Amino acid sequence: MYAQQVETGVKAVKSLAEMGPEERAFQEKIDAEIKIEAKNWMPDNYRKTLIRQISQHAHSEIVGMLPEGNWVTRAPTLKRKLQLMAKIQDEAGHGLYLYSAMETLGADRDEEIEKLHSGRAKYSSIFNYPTLNWADMGAVGWLVDGAAIVNQVVLQRTSYGPYSRAMIRICKEESFHQRQGYEILLHMMRHGTQAQKDMVQDAINRLWWPSLMMFGPSDAESPNSAQSMAWKIKRHTNDELRQRFIDQTVPQLEILGCTAPDPDLKWNEERGHYDFGEIQWEEFYEVLKGNGPCNRERLETRRNAIQDGAWVREAAVAHANKKQKQQAAA
Amino acid sequence: MSEWTLFEVFIRSKHGLNHKHVGSVHAADAEMAIENARDLYTRRNEGVSIWVVPSAAITATASDEKEPLFDPAEDKVYRHASFYELPDEVGHM
Ligand SMILES: [Fe+2]
Ligand SMILES: [Fe+2]
Repeated sequence: MYAQQVETGVKAVKSLAEMGPEERAFQEKIDAEIKIEAKNWMPDNYRKTLIRQISQHAHSEIVGMLPEGNWVTRAPTLKRKLQLMAKIQDEAGHGLYLYSAMETLGADRDEEIEKLHSGRAKYSSIFNYPTLNWADMGAVGWLVDGAAIVNQVVLQRTSYGPYSRAMIRICKEESFHQRQGYEILLHMMRHGTQAQKDMVQDAINRLWWPSLMMFGPSDAESPNSAQSMAWKIKRHTNDELRQRFIDQTVPQLEILGCTAPDPDLKWNEERGHYDFGEIQWEEFYEVLKGNGPCNRERLETRRNAIQDGAWVREAAVAHANKKQKQQAAA
Repeated sequence: MSEWTLFEVFIRSKHGLNHKHVGSVHAADAEMAIENARDLYTRRNEGVSIWVVPSAAITATASDEKEPLFDPAEDKVYRHASFYELPDEVGHM
């Protein structure tokens, strides 16, 4: 999940009988799968939680460009470079679709970005890992975008209209991301040298567990889940989505001819799902707290980008004002 | 506060269709809003024409106006072709 821990500010989910008339009408609409739109009445906590969730999601798309940006100048061929740039440009677009949806709730984009830069807003833990070799570009597209797709496909049915529509747009573009990533790996495995094949396995070894952590803490450790599910801004639990991702990914792993760094990973005939090993949650919480391998570097890059671009934004405003004056004078 | 103006973006996806709202962009002026909208909403040939309108210039119905505003249309079933029953021998009309 791109928004891994979203505080709802709610202690216990209210029943319809405990709600006032406005809130009851709101909840009944959600129960009937009617979308909530920007101008409709909504509980304050629903609005605030959505702003937190959508902004975390948007920040993840934006910060998510950085690990891939590392390889634009290092891509092995012009074709791969163009594909990578197209994917990165899509991610910028995803961030902007989401900020746009968030602004319909009355939040301000620049203010939310400032929260990211000052470390007060979260983004997905996955983007705090380094991308060390070219196969990482394949593994990111396949595993990271793959995990994001599992999460985003269900969010197309989220209760808030502008968020749902942004998700529909995003999902249309994501399958290109995952397929280009998988194709990079498949090409290396089928046509590469031994050293290149080793790179693929190395990339999978490093990114496998962090990708599973993208879905957020286990259900037992997700106190906000019940309210988010009642509001339908979350449609499945973290563990359900994680399992779905693993089940669809393992056969693809086998086609590559690679393995996962998990000795406990095996098909469970009885459950009809893959069993898998224990996730190292201490690592996840440390990364979320800001202590992952690249947290500082990611935020510093973002802050520098904003600062170094300040003169461009000022010049654009000055230019727009000048043109407006000239038009008024003419 | 955001430094730039918020614009709503409308795109005509094909000749012959209406412009449809797709989202919003921030820009210093309308010309830049068009350029940003082009990069953001038509990276895969999704449009043949773009409109941008400052969000502040849009007047919308309030959600609580829903009933008085739209109710009057509800009981006028005679505005629909299916209200008029004609014998089969008239054929398609
Ligand atoms: Fe994305
Ligand atoms: Fe993506």
